[in-house]
Amino acid sequence: MADEKRLTLEDKLGMLTYKNDHQSHIKIMDAAVCLKCPNKPCVTGCPAGVYTWDEDKKKILVAHENCIECGAARMLCPYANIDWHPPRGGFGVSYKYG
Amino acid sequence: MADDKFDSIVVGAGPAGVSAAITMARAGLNVALLERGDYAGAKNVQGAVLYSKMLQDVVPEFWKDCPLERAIVEENLWVLTENSGIKAGYKSPEYAKQAPANCYTIIRVEFDKWFAKKAEEAGVNLLTGVTINDVIKKDGAVIGVRSTEGDELFADVVIACDGANSILGQKAGLLKREWRSDEIALGVKEILALPREVIQDRFNLEGDQGSTIEMVGDFTRGMLGYAFLYTNKDTLAFGIGCALDDFQKSNIKPYELLEDLKSHPLVRPMIKGSKSIEYSAHIIPEGAWNSMPMLYASGILLAGDAAQMINPSHREGSNLAMAAGRMAGETVAEAKKKGDFSAKTLARYHKKLEESFVFKDMEDHKDVEVKVRQNRDMLTVYPRLANEAAHEYFLVDGIPKHDHQRRIIKKVLRERGLMHMLKDVMILRKMIGE
Repeated sequence: MADEKRLTLEDKLGMLTYKNDHQSHIKIMDAAVCLKCPNKPCVTGCPAGVYTWDEDKKKILVAHENCIECGAARMLCPYANIDWHPPRGGFGVSYKYG
Repeated sequence: MADDKFDSIVVGAGPAGVSAAITMARAGLNVALLERGDYAGAKNVQGAVLYSKMLQDVVPEFWKDCPLERAIVEENLWVLTENSGIKAGYKSPEYAKQAPANCYTIIRVEFDKWFAKKAEEAGVNLLTGVTINDVIKKDGAVIGVRSTEGDELFADVVIACDGANSILGQKAGLLKREWRSDEIALGVKEILALPREVIQDRFNLEGDQGSTIEMVGDFTRGMLGYAFLYTNKDTLAFGIGCALDDFQKSNIKPYELLEDLKSHPLVRPMIKGSKSIEYSAHIIPEGAWNSMPMLYASGILLAGDAAQMINPSHREGSNLAMAAGRMAGETVAEAKKKGDFSAKTLARYHKKLEESFVFKDMEDHKDVEVKVRQNRDMLTVYPRLANEAAHEYFLVDGIPKHDHQRRIIKKVLRERGLMHMLKDVMILRKMIGE
């Protein structure tokens, strides 16, 4: 029940229907830019948790298959370093309620 | 598809695009409506409150078969602190006395499917699962569009209604830059299932009557934004939206913010026992008037979110989109008669918007967000002061009323000061619309 259990992001994304494209519609343009980004707002601000910081590889990992296409990524990156485009026709999330 | 030529191609089957397509088809034009989702609505998110007037202008007597949820008879504003809240509201069944009601709640995806079907009935060619990512130009004029798969379609005029991240607006040169994060809000939302009778009892509603609650207060943790709780037939729409630059700076996760608000002492009992059945998120182009790009050029028009058509202080957007879409459609139908699709002829669209409520409302409220940003503490100071004052006022603890009242006044003056408050009142007046 929603009032008793705090939903995790995984719970939330698990409710959605996706048609996954093997081809990513999201690209980090220059990984070097992320190294100098202090607070990495893409990691926290993305409502689908698409972006995670990999401390070992020192880079942002992109889980494009989780994208719910809110459209924020392009502006969320302070360095305009995220190349986000809508997925190809028919791919991506399909809302039932919206 | 290279030799396919339409009178007009509309990109995006949302409120703006469908309104434009229907208007043109009814005027006898050969129209293609292209949607990137598998079905109209698949990618669309809204609160959602639908305003009747602007839809009625496109589909007269829409209420006869439109999938409506509840007719809104009550609107509320809750001003919350961490553990208390002031509730203000207005209820009048008059709003829904006869069809159509002033406004309705809708399930946006169901609405979009219905609306797109109306377009098909009017003769529009609806193509779904097609992502358009470029315009085709000839001698400086837009003459068609290109899909991600490389397919090309041609038309006299393209109407770009491709949403808040308008790729086409950029490709056509109407928008010469990316949006800044302070021109955009990010909203997250959940649909919460609850039996119909429970909703009616809990929200004091009869039959298909509905109510809305907007919430402001310190639950946004100082970020510029608000939350909402709307009643559908057997679901609630619960969401929160804040300025994207605030999310950038605060490192607050939007879905955590929503989850936190669920356990607020005023919210918790309203959603108790519900089951979340869908999570969604979308950006809202809150730059509005001050950010509006060029709306027309030779062979192309821009409408809806793509053109930042939002009235952020009045929860309006889809109604502006429907009105603008209709006017874009009318403009193209007139241009077709003249056989002239130059920027000069299409400028008529801008004129129509100027003469309508769309530009008037947007211009009236253009600086609200700027002003609130400059006086950010308004968002936290007043909710707290107002709640503390109310708490004092209702407290019966053996201290004379007179002393309570003096304590309230002293507290308010100490925290804000008279001149500062006068300034704030001016801003608030602008927010409401003078």
